[in-house]
Amino acid sequence: MALKLYGAAMSPCTSRVMTCLHEKEADFELIPIDLFAGEHKQLPFLAKNPFGQIPALEDGDLSLFESRAISAYVAEKYKEAGHDLIRCQSLKEAAEVKVWMEVESQQYHPAISPIIFQFFAAPLQGKVPDQAIIDENLEKLGKVLDVYEEKLSRTKYLAGDFYSLADLFHLSFTYYFMKTPCANLINERPHVKAWWEDISSRPAFQKVASAMTFGEKGN
Amino acid sequence: MKVHGYPLSTVTQRVLACLYEKDVEFQFVNVDMVAGEHKSPNFLPLNPFGQVPAFEEGDLKLFESRATTHYIAHEYADKGTQLLLPGSNKTMAVFQLWKEVEAHQFDPPSTKLVFELRYKPHFGMTTDTAVVEEYEAKFAKVLDVYEARLAESKYLACDHFTLADLHHLPTVQYLLGSSAKKLFDSRPHVSAWVADITARPAWSKVMGMLKQ
Repeated sequence: MALKLYGAAMSPCTSRVMTCLHEKEADFELIPIDLFAGEHKQLPFLAKNPFGQIPALEDGDLSLFESRAISAYVAEKYKEAGHDLIRCQSLKEAAEVKVWMEVESQQYHPAISPIIFQFFAAPLQGKVPDQAIIDENLEKLGKVLDVYEEKLSRTKYLAGDFYSLADLFHLSFTYYFMKTPCANLINERPHVKAWWEDISSRPAFQKVASAMTFGEKGN
Repeated sequence: MKVHGYPLSTVTQRVLACLYEKDVEFQFVNVDMVAGEHKSPNFLPLNPFGQVPAFEEGDLKLFESRATTHYIAHEYADKGTQLLLPGSNKTMAVFQLWKEVEAHQFDPPSTKLVFELRYKPHFGMTTDTAVVEEYEAKFAKVLDVYEARLAESKYLACDHFTLADLHHLPTVQYLLGSSAKKLFDSRPHVSAWVADITARPAWSKVMGMLKQ
């Protein structure tokens, strides 16, 4: 039975999970949730995620939410297929992957997410992007990227010389970031830039990126 | 095993709680945050983000408290308290989910409240009551979800204490000593869960370190 993913193809958190599903060659069905109609804040969706956020996943009688938890489940369930995203054979490598997954969650995401919100979501609420918020978070993101630049000068990917879930978690928000006038933060750091070009060119992400058209005319 | 940290730091306490639950030997190395030691060239190789805690075991170096607890709980799965939810991928997924909820839903508003209600007074700064009001409202909505979950499950991930519950301990303890305690008291299942997890002997050992 195929997995059911409830979300929106344009949404970075939904895209995070879909990228993982493609890397693991897992069968799934995307069931669109109409954000503009507020479908994610009402039943029946609220029963799938009481926090009223997409995505949510159903696998038979298992119901999950939180994109990173869903992705970790998919990576584990389909560990024999596709790319080894979680380093199953080595607890030490798996621990390094966990460190950089936490870094994405606790350092990278809090800095990049408000920038994406200001450029893509605020205009939909009739607001002009708040430059003060953008500038404040660009400064934070720059400091995080300095750490990434140093790490990526020593290892090809974040957790080591292997592509992992830690790298994958960065894809969807960074993809939107690269469409803003702030993309220089990535492009000015040679190792970060090379890493970004590598991970964003993976076929599994390319499949997802083509639908990530948030903010473009006609959407 | 070495933990480099600061006893008052919530994230340091998270790792210490895990180590005490697993009943493993470790050495605590104090990092003088008031003197800015966590930003010094000596410390940065242990955590390039200049934050406590940092963890060493042999040549393995880790940072980020939740990655550290994950490693400890797996490496020492056979010792002390069972902090994981072994079984099928499905049970592990539910466990992972509630750890993510702590990180992304519970932690942001609660650490903001800890900063305003506990940290600022401690360091002679003025609490911003407008921020407190805003974040208590956000935190209350999160706790409503917890109340519903804990009405159907004794602990967050399942019927026994796991890392999903443990990760909340340091922030919960700080908020119990603040006006935000009322948000727990008015929710019977949350209140019972808070009382239960903060009464664990391993947690008392962490609190005991503060008295030294």
